[in-house]
Amino acid sequence: MATDSATLKSERAQTSGQFSTFFVADLFFGVDVLRVQELLRFQQMTRVPQAPEVIEGLINLRGQIVTAIDMRRRLRLPQRTGDRAPMNMVVRTDDGAVSLLVDEIGDVVDVDEATYERPPENLDPAARELIRGVYKLKDRLLLVLDTDRTVDLAAGRKA
Amino acid sequence: MEDQEVIREFLVESYENLSSLDQKFVELEKHPKDAALLASIFRTIHTIKGTCGFLAFSTLEKITHQAESILSQLRDGERELSRPLVSLIFETVDAIRKVLASIEASGEEGPDRFENLTERLRAAAQLTAGSESKSRSDRAGSNQVDQQSDSRTESQDELHNNTTASELRPEEDGAKPSAVADANIRVGVGLLDKLMDLVGELVLTRNQILQFNAEREDAALNATSQRLNLITTELQEGVMKTRMQPIGMVWNKLPRVVRDIAVSLGKQIRLEMDGAETELDRTIIEAIKDPLVHLVRNSCDHGIEPPEVRVRAGKPPLGRLTLRAYHEGGQVNIEIGDDGAGVDLARVKQKAIENGLLRPEQAEKLSDREALNLIFLPGFSTAQTVTNVSGRGVGMDVVKSHIEKIGGVVDAFSRPGEGTTIKIKIPLTLAIIPGLVITSGGERFVIPQVSLLELIRLEGDSVEKHIEHVQGTPVYRRRGSLLPIAYLNQVLGLKSAEGAAAVSVVVLQAEDRQFGLVVDGINDTQEIVVKPLGKQLKGLTVYAGATIMGDGRVALILDVLGIGQRSGVIAEFREQTHAAVETKTRSGIEQQRLLLFRAGTFARLAVPLSLVARLEEFPQSAIEHAGGGPVVQYRNRILHLVPLRNVLEPGTPEPVQVPDPVQVVVLNDGDRSVGMVVDQILDVAEEAVTVRQKSSRKGLLGSAVVGKLVTDFVDLNDVIQGAAETWFQGTSGLANGKTILVAEASAFSRGLIRSGLDMAGYRVIEAANLSEAIGKLEQQPVDAVVAALDLPPTGTSALIAAMRLRPEWGAIPVLALAESVEQVRERTGDAADFHDCQVKFDREAMLASLARLASALTSSAAAPVRVGEALVGAELAGVELVSLEREW
Repeated sequence: MATDSATLKSERAQTSGQFSTFFVADLFFGVDVLRVQELLRFQQMTRVPQAPEVIEGLINLRGQIVTAIDMRRRLRLPQRTGDRAPMNMVVRTDDGAVSLLVDEIGDVVDVDEATYERPPENLDPAARELIRGVYKLKDRLLLVLDTDRTVDLAAGRKA
Repeated sequence: MEDQEVIREFLVESYENLSSLDQKFVELEKHPKDAALLASIFRTIHTIKGTCGFLAFSTLEKITHQAESILSQLRDGERELSRPLVSLIFETVDAIRKVLASIEASGEEGPDRFENLTERLRAAAQLTAGSESKSRSDRAGSNQVDQQSDSRTESQDELHNNTTASELRPEEDGAKPSAVADANIRVGVGLLDKLMDLVGELVLTRNQILQFNAEREDAALNATSQRLNLITTELQEGVMKTRMQPIGMVWNKLPRVVRDIAVSLGKQIRLEMDGAETELDRTIIEAIKDPLVHLVRNSCDHGIEPPEVRVRAGKPPLGRLTLRAYHEGGQVNIEIGDDGAGVDLARVKQKAIENGLLRPEQAEKLSDREALNLIFLPGFSTAQTVTNVSGRGVGMDVVKSHIEKIGGVVDAFSRPGEGTTIKIKIPLTLAIIPGLVITSGGERFVIPQVSLLELIRLEGDSVEKHIEHVQGTPVYRRRGSLLPIAYLNQVLGLKSAEGAAAVSVVVLQAEDRQFGLVVDGINDTQEIVVKPLGKQLKGLTVYAGATIMGDGRVALILDVLGIGQRSGVIAEFREQTHAAVETKTRSGIEQQRLLLFRAGTFARLAVPLSLVARLEEFPQSAIEHAGGGPVVQYRNRILHLVPLRNVLEPGTPEPVQVPDPVQVVVLNDGDRSVGMVVDQILDVAEEAVTVRQKSSRKGLLGSAVVGKLVTDFVDLNDVIQGAAETWFQGTSGLANGKTILVAEASAFSRGLIRSGLDMAGYRVIEAANLSEAIGKLEQQPVDAVVAALDLPPTGTSALIAAMRLRPEWGAIPVLALAESVEQVRERTGDAADFHDCQVKFDREAMLASLARLASALTSSAAAPVRVGEALVGAELAGVELVSLEREW
């Protein structure tokens, strides 16, 4: 238990306390603001035939080619309905920028470290693998997205 | 945070200083008395010492302190520079690097205290300090640089050194570096890359403005946009230049490498560098770094001989290693040459044979040039002994593949006794390449122009007429030879427009293979900026990267080799061992129909379907015994049954549950039949057989992958032997007793050909190559020769030429076997060469041809072959059979 709380603490220490939030289906996610490079409207995509299906395509971000990952498919959620185009949340990773396609962008929220908790065990495994933890906000739960694992498709396949 | 900044600065500075040190030391060995040089080295070490004292890096401080002591003795002329001393200092520099690396990685000096080194340094420093003089002259004296009496071994206080240094500065490079420092600033590579991206973006915007301008008639806008155009182009060129670096960046560390090797091997080597200012894109510089070091090591190790050997050969003891770089025709040439012994071709060949890369007969036929190129084969090293310098198995093949990866070529030139030169040609930049833009399934793709051979457009009727199918594989007749075709939309799983009136074929070359790629449309060629794909897409072999098109959208760049492999027109696995000699590797050509079945413990067995007459089921009750074996009555004859299980696993007990009915594969030829009893018929497969392994087990030819599963091929020869008596009782065995020499490199193919001939009653002897074939011909009379067109080392024609030299062989008919229909078509014109040509594994055609040849040659050598004469041939061939029957 002692080690558990120690890791909890170190997990918290990695964040800045501010999260850029977004929605995917009815899930409310947050990514550390320091990891977010920019937010963009839906861009023209170049499809990549034969690519893993979670990859929506490639976008041109000021001369940089960025891979766009569809978060609905990444989380194994049902497809987006209606004609609302998804938004690009471009996050920084060790391998350069990667765009996450999300349903809607939310506000930047400050969180209270005391409300942090590990993800509940009964989450869908596809989602649980990508969720680092949960902040219990007043009106809803903020799921902290593990961006490194999200963009690492190989790890996802293994699990 | 501030501390971090200071340490970073310290690291950057120290690394820079150290890299200049290496060169200075090598220089110093040539001019051991060069005071300016010594002072400069001393100052470098001293600076590091000073800073790390300030930053509390104690290990580093200790090491540098001791080194500094020795250097100061050297500088002040208290001792002579000796080789051990230089080596010791080099070791120190390496140790400093290690500590710096550790600081960079973890912020700490790391566990290694280098006590041993410090101790040795101290001992070396005290050697003179103790023996020569402890008298320390006053500071004023030391400023006079009185070399005899001035000794400052232990105390190097700041003031003292500063004065010495400032005094020496004017006469050394002190003034120059500051000038250089004024003219240059350090810029992070990341920033340059970003600038490059922004310029790319600017270019796109410029293009849009120009388009916009063209649509309206506004003089002011027109002038402005023209100006924007010019500036953008200039800016683009300027930024591109910032990415260029002189090749000297890589060469800098080579003097040290050469020096270390020379010392460790007891050789004397002078390194000459020419064209260090030649500029290359930094990505290329990065890519050639390791190959260059390797080549230089190789030249020092294998090329240049030890001094005594050189003197004996009448050369100066000092070996010369030359590095040359120069621009030529939009490419950069780099040459690494030595004046050593040259490559011993005999040894190279011998080594290649030892390593199984080459067969002895092949080696004989190699030209010097081909032999020299053997050094680029994987798993090749001529080093007599494995030294720590080179010869560890990673060799020239790695160099070659590295260079080829960046679009370069490597070539070797060697003259015995005069030396070896390795020539590398590489493109100036990888960042921008010409590419062909094509569309398929509504998407745009770019094909690198280097892989492009030609474009073919087929319209209307000619589409169906020109793309034909060989066993389901599309091929195109291009100037008389068949070109395998792949459809890009199928390879990528895209939908293409239905019923297009025209088809565009892009003829591509990957490695040494060519194929045609059918695309929906061909747009134009463009200079494209290659960008890598994210790691999520790295696993896709069909793409080489991506680029941004004029309209700002991303387009994928196709990897031609990957596309070829994915579509199956290029075999993914190739027999590595003979790749050098058998450059025309077979892929998808040994395609044949196979019957797959199961017997005993063998889950997957195969025989060529062409040898199978029928598949039958017999109830156990129908099986009788005659002549010591099981037989059934079958179509008014007696069919001998050979349980395959007994052939493959003799002595194993019969299964308790005897299957009923039994599955029988009926093999037959004319009137003779034999039934092979198997456990279960699985499937019929049509497959390009890639042979993996030859089997030594009785009853099996070898294993291959069929339908992604490993499959054992049954040696029908052994099966037939199980029913030998009955087999040879056949009445119409037109070839009985005739001896056929099968000359074919692949043991597996040989086996398959053999089984076809065995079935027809020929006596078969085998040869794997030309010299074996000649040997076999000498040993016994042969009635006909069946030889693969690609018979090593140089093909069938060599065998035929050899046979023509001997009158008794001149009359022997030769049937050439081609890999494919394409080859047959191509070669039928050469009929003067051999007597007939057939596709390998087409058993019927082969046997018919043999019968025909026998008749044509025995009746009248000049008579044209007519089908009817096959009958005569049969009779003639039957002569020997009659006598056999009489004996019977």
